[in-house]
Amino acid sequence: MNKTPVIEINGVSKSFKDVKAVNHLSLTIYEGEYVALLGPNGAGKTTLIEMIEGIQKPDEGSIAILGMSWKTHAQKLHRAIGLSLQETRFIDKITTEETLNLFGSFYGLGQRRTEEILDLVNLKEKRKAYTVTLSGGQKQRLALGIALLNNPKILLLDEPTTGLDPAARREIWKILEKLRSDLGTTMILTTHYMEEAEVLCERILIMDKGQFIAQGTLSELNAKHGEGDLIEISFGNNFDIEALGLSGIKKLNWIAPHTKVQIFVDNIAEVLPAVINSAKTKNIKIEELLSRKMTLDDLFISMTGRHLHD
Amino acid sequence: MTKSLYQLILVHFKTFFREPGILFWAILFPILMAWVLGVAFSNKSETLQTVYVIGAAAPEQITGEKIFGTETGNPFRIRFREAAEEEAVRAIKRGIIALYVEVRGSSLVYHFDPHNPDAQLLHLVLDRGMSGIRSNGSIEALQAKGTRYIDFLIPGLIALGIMNACLWGIGWTLIETRMKKLMRRMVATPMKLSVFLSSHIITRIILGGVETLLLFVFAWLYFGTTITGSVPAFIVLFVAGVLAFAGIGILTASRTAKTEIGNGLINAVTLTMMILSGVFFNYHNFPDWTIPVIQALPLTVLADAIRAIFIEGAGFAEMIKPIAILLATGLVTFTVGLRIFKWY
Ligand SMILES: Nc1ncnc2c1ncn2[C@@H]1O[C@H](COP(=O)(O)OP(=O)(O)OP(=O)(O)O)[C@@H](O)[C@H]1O
Ligand SMILES: [Mg+2]
Repeated sequence: MNKTPVIEINGVSKSFKDVKAVNHLSLTIYEGEYVALLGPNGAGKTTLIEMIEGIQKPDEGSIAILGMSWKTHAQKLHRAIGLSLQETRFIDKITTEETLNLFGSFYGLGQRRTEEILDLVNLKEKRKAYTVTLSGGQKQRLALGIALLNNPKILLLDEPTTGLDPAARREIWKILEKLRSDLGTTMILTTHYMEEAEVLCERILIMDKGQFIAQGTLSELNAKHGEGDLIEISFGNNFDIEALGLSGIKKLNWIAPHTKVQIFVDNIAEVLPAVINSAKTKNIKIEELLSRKMTLDDLFISMTGRHLHD
Repeated sequence: MTKSLYQLILVHFKTFFREPGILFWAILFPILMAWVLGVAFSNKSETLQTVYVIGAAAPEQITGEKIFGTETGNPFRIRFREAAEEEAVRAIKRGIIALYVEVRGSSLVYHFDPHNPDAQLLHLVLDRGMSGIRSNGSIEALQAKGTRYIDFLIPGLIALGIMNACLWGIGWTLIETRMKKLMRRMVATPMKLSVFLSSHIITRIILGGVETLLLFVFAWLYFGTTITGSVPAFIVLFVAGVLAFAGIGILTASRTAKTEIGNGLINAVTLTMMILSGVFFNYHNFPDWTIPVIQALPLTVLADAIRAIFIEGAGFAEMIKPIAILLATGLVTFTVGLRIFKWY
């Protein structure tokens, strides 16, 4: 891969009153990379991405984009970046087409580009609809369309698919994947969906409380933090699994004390029969049993004890 | 750059014309108000007023229904009614009558609130009619153009329209744009801030011009209102007025992203000026010490200057001072507003 740095973040922090939203982060993103920022509510994703967008100013640290800083090259950076905010509402009684024309004019673009974008984000039938009448997914697509108007080298998307149904989400993924192969765009995207991170991004940054708690490709993350499987069991009576001293268990996570547990293991085939057998001999009823491969969400829970989304 | 200016103005226009509510309040409502108030206050060509008479038996001149003041061209039809004193006092308190007459021996005593201009007028008319002597301070005919209430009102309504167009049209729109996070989205493009703000001001000059024109045409057709002074001076004054209130609108909208707070702020500014600046009634009824303060308010400056052009035939010479004050107001509020403006 071409290793030209596009975004260089160096020791950046940002606080609001008593909250340290972003805590001394450093990060380099290279040309053509798709990077996912994954983390629960309040992790600091929006704060970080808005500092990259020049919307918020870091308390300390520096951010360079294409070797330029916001202080000295704001106009050039505005032209190079396409972005969508976590939540933008457009002018109620202005149509989709008019909204694109308006934003297009800021880049010196005209009706032709509007047509291309309407086509790209599949909003042709909605061109004459007032933005206030668009559905959530259509609004998200319009926001994405605006982000793509100027054929940006760098794309910064804050939760572009939150609230969309799975089909609509896939549609957006398709658009983003096409951009990567056609234009070699560099992208940072924040999300609560690990599937989105897995599908779109080679690099995943897991963020919590203003810091990166893990990063790498999905397989790197798995290898380092959570290779293996997961068993989830509910018991009818109290069952002290730790006392069994079973081998092959990496981590135990009680969801309900002594009755519902998540067991992180290297190999299901090794651990599961032992658990079932000892439950049988102790006459403990197994009410529910579920086992699967680890996901990023499980990984996150195993690291922080909390879910990615809620 | 001209392309984005054009697109922004186009969008402002479309929002204006696609919102029936805005159309009503900005264009129809001032015309309705002019009509209602104009009609209510100008049909005094022959007023019927009631006057109570108390005390001894009334002389013939003040019984039944009589017409007074025909020689002024502004006749008063007065209906006299005998009443007890406490009844007359109550009627005054309730605003049913403005004045009552007490017959005391061979002389008449007039009871009325000296601060009530209607009562003063009535007193003068009655007094003159009764004595048959022309007092040297004779009463002028009230129907001449320029002294009618409508002629006082229309310039005030035009000034009020300019203020509201700027404070709601610019101030409110900016706050709403910020609240929707649309402002930060727009600022994150190469759009020039100067173009963004100019688009708002240019829009208000054009739309405010249309609103003013419609209101004036109505007043001209219906009430025969005319501009006795310089029309070019009025146009320059109008633009200066828009710039002054655009500055105030931008200052008002410079910080808040909450529409509720914006609502309160804009109401505080517009209502204060609407009440104090003599749009509907002459501000000289306020205590003397407040007059210099009131006269310094931009709405007072604008309304008084428009009146001078419409009624007193003023030209550019008389407009130098008000135009300079308005431009300075616009410049100062715009500069301060821009310095503390929250774009994100
Ligand atoms: N303008 C602000 N004023 C005060 N606190 C803020 C402000 N913006 C963010 N915060 C706080 O900073 C922290 C990080 O917020 P941020 O919006 O970056 O989180 P996030 O990861 O984007 O969350 P979400 O997934 O909910 O969008 C939160 O605790 C939030 O309350
Ligand atoms: Mg966020």
